[in-house]
Amino acid sequence: MTDAISVKNLSKTFGGEWSLFGGRSHEVKAVRDVTLSVKQGETLALVGESGSGKSTLARMIVGLDVPTSGEMRIAGKDARALWAEGPQAFGRVIQYVFQDPVASLNPRKTVTAILDAPLRLLRGYDQRRRQVRMRELMEAVQMPADSLGRYPHEFSGGQAQRIAIARALAAEPRIMVLDEPVSALDVSVQAQVLLLLEDLRREFDLSYLFISHDLAVVESISDRVAVMFFGEVVETGAAEQLFRSPRHEYTKRLIASAPRLETALGATRGA
Amino acid sequence: MSVPILEATPTPEPMITRQTTWRLLMNNRLAAAGFYVIALVVLIALLAPLLPLHDPDVTDPADRLLPVFSESHILGTDHLGRDVLARLVWGTRISLLVGISAALMAAFFGSLIGLVAGYAGGRTDNLIMRGIDMLMAFPYILLALAIVAVLGPGLLNALYAIAVVNIPFFARNVRGIALGLSHREFVDAARLSGKSHTAIVATEILPNVLPVIVITMSTTVGWMILETAGLSFLGLGAQPPQADLGSMLGQGRALLFTAPMISVVPGVMVFLIVMSINLLGDGVRDALDPRLRAGALTRPMPVTRIDRENVPAPDEMARASALAVTELETSFETAGGREPAVKGVSFSLRKGECLGLVGESGSGKSVTALSVLGLVASPPGVITGGAVTIEGRDVFSLRETEIGSLRGGKVAYIFQDPLTTLHPLFTVGEQVAEAIRAHQPVGRAQAQAKAVDLLRTVRIPDPEQRASAYPHELSGGQRQRVGIAMALANEPDIIIADEPTTALDVTVQAEILRLLQVLRQERGLALLFITHDFGVVAEICDRVAVMRRGEIVEAGDTAAVLGNPQHPYTKRLIACVPKPGQGRRFLEAIRRLPAEEAAGGSGS
Repeated sequence: MTDAISVKNLSKTFGGEWSLFGGRSHEVKAVRDVTLSVKQGETLALVGESGSGKSTLARMIVGLDVPTSGEMRIAGKDARALWAEGPQAFGRVIQYVFQDPVASLNPRKTVTAILDAPLRLLRGYDQRRRQVRMRELMEAVQMPADSLGRYPHEFSGGQAQRIAIARALAAEPRIMVLDEPVSALDVSVQAQVLLLLEDLRREFDLSYLFISHDLAVVESISDRVAVMFFGEVVETGAAEQLFRSPRHEYTKRLIASAPRLETALGATRGA
Repeated sequence: MSVPILEATPTPEPMITRQTTWRLLMNNRLAAAGFYVIALVVLIALLAPLLPLHDPDVTDPADRLLPVFSESHILGTDHLGRDVLARLVWGTRISLLVGISAALMAAFFGSLIGLVAGYAGGRTDNLIMRGIDMLMAFPYILLALAIVAVLGPGLLNALYAIAVVNIPFFARNVRGIALGLSHREFVDAARLSGKSHTAIVATEILPNVLPVIVITMSTTVGWMILETAGLSFLGLGAQPPQADLGSMLGQGRALLFTAPMISVVPGVMVFLIVMSINLLGDGVRDALDPRLRAGALTRPMPVTRIDRENVPAPDEMARASALAVTELETSFETAGGREPAVKGVSFSLRKGECLGLVGESGSGKSVTALSVLGLVASPPGVITGGAVTIEGRDVFSLRETEIGSLRGGKVAYIFQDPLTTLHPLFTVGEQVAEAIRAHQPVGRAQAQAKAVDLLRTVRIPDPEQRASAYPHELSGGQRQRVGIAMALANEPDIIIADEPTTALDVTVQAEILRLLQVLRQERGLALLFITHDFGVVAEICDRVAVMRRGEIVEAGDTAAVLGNPQHPYTKRLIACVPKPGQGRRFLEAIRRLPAEEAAGGSGS
């Protein structure tokens, strides 16, 4: 079986260009020599702090940014071939769900208009078929069908994220990149969205690249985990094993820092 | 899949908002007056061919320079005996036509340039905008004169000149907004939906820029009519015998002393048009700009409005506590009456104790925290009941200056994102020193030295050096340490921390929590800790109160509440927090969770 995502020695450097005056601008290596793979049907979690390059890596994988060097294969196809086919080629195989659901939905468009674009441009469905699909998508993300005529600001954070997920699903991708999809949500809503994502993955045989900073969330949904630190992947492993016996210094610190409910239950803290 | 939809179903509102835009505009009396005046002027100008007027271009030397209110010439005649009223109406028609067409042309080309520059960014943006800058570097009238000089005099050429001169206004305004929008996530999402660049600019960015274009247009149309008149006044616009307001003024100038009315009449008309359009334009801007609409223009009062129905007297418990909140009620004034956000919340905080206030978004935890010192923005906030007791005194009965001296003195706040609470243009040392000088009569140098000490207390490495750093030069964790240093500046008894670690990475969060814990123990601080994270509560709080929809549903010792929650809402919330080591069993547990009795997770 081919890998859903396979990335080899991928790097991305920002800045460093020669400008007319003032010489070379400051160079930032956001992603350095990253190699990882997501197997078909698997959830790979990418954890790390802000500024560790998680989102830059994700943006390159979905074709929003161009890598400085390295190789990518998405759903068995070389990224260069996808680039050559045009921007729509990426959208058909891989989709992205953003952290802030409200910011990722155009405030001046109804849900119908938001879902229409991928169905028309990426799938090429006719008017009737699009309407049927929209209702199916709303059902898949457990939203009432009358949401279609509404504007994003009329929804709560959890509902908006369901709509953003529906838009990603509309392209019928094989792979989804989820960039902190539940971080902006309340805990009870977060749990429901996680459950929804897991159900959708099974139903549509999707592969996930799940980006998060919350280790407990990562543990609940991922098969394998890759830890990023200053642009590099420092450790990869099966979720359970990595959390039980972390090898890298930074992973150990990350796990030790996570606040735990049990701390209180021990009730041994000095006052 | 039978998971119920948790969030409340929204109510449709677009019709109401559209109505309010119009009503907002009409509520603004000046804008309404402007609207009626300009509507009247436009109507008269449109009806010019139908009105019983003299031919504006027919000369009659016998009747020249008739005064105002002459028979059959209400506004008199000019030096060639032409009827001034007829020339005024026809002239207004031409001036309006030229001004509005120039505005439309400038808006179209300016917005197009702005959209392309803002969306493309980088080198294209640089090239286009430097061109626009060059255009702006010339005084507008000089540039217009130069353009007319090249094209030759004439009304149409004046129109082109004015349109070109005004393109930069639109280009710059639109480019700024488009630049911001093109980095927004919904633009990336549209790209992933398969939209081309042209489609994104036309269907994603343009609808969001449209209000700005309308606002810019409504505020510049008057200006452009004035410019048209200016060019005609100089003899470069409308050519004789065609009447237009500028050329009428120009011809009247020669007779300013013998027959002043000939220039006064078109002058008054120019004044009326420009004034009414500008008043209407300002009204449109105020009504369309979401920031102004949200009430940013109305300055919040120094202390939240207090209008209490019940004022509970502080009991023994309250007097003994560092901070006691009794039956606090805070509401927000909306169009449909008072909307309660905090409904009778009571808790107390002893010296050296940490109380956690947990809840989801919209539960009223932050409003509760801000109400303690009357910091809820007012309007729309009103404290409608209850009491806050600090050192045995009811805070809401104090004078404004007394509440002011409590703020940052006895009671200090720490907020979520220090990047937004710290001033970007002052060094962090200066800001901590300012916090000290606000409450203590010390000199600048002494305050600065104390600020460095405080930075050392919050474990900022190399505090002498870091004191002269600007907020953006520090990491998120260090900025929050500066926020804590400012809170400590006047040795407070109580610190109210509103989600102080939510914006930070977990490893940094752990360090900040540790610091707060140490400070609390060293200084005997009472800490009111507002958070949505049960893990953080477990780490730092002695007691915890769980809030939902403005009420405390459960309170008690942290270990008891977290280990053995009594209220179903608390149970549910704790079940929804994934625990380390639980792994995939977490989602199975969520699947088995009973449906909530009512909408709970709404309001975010």
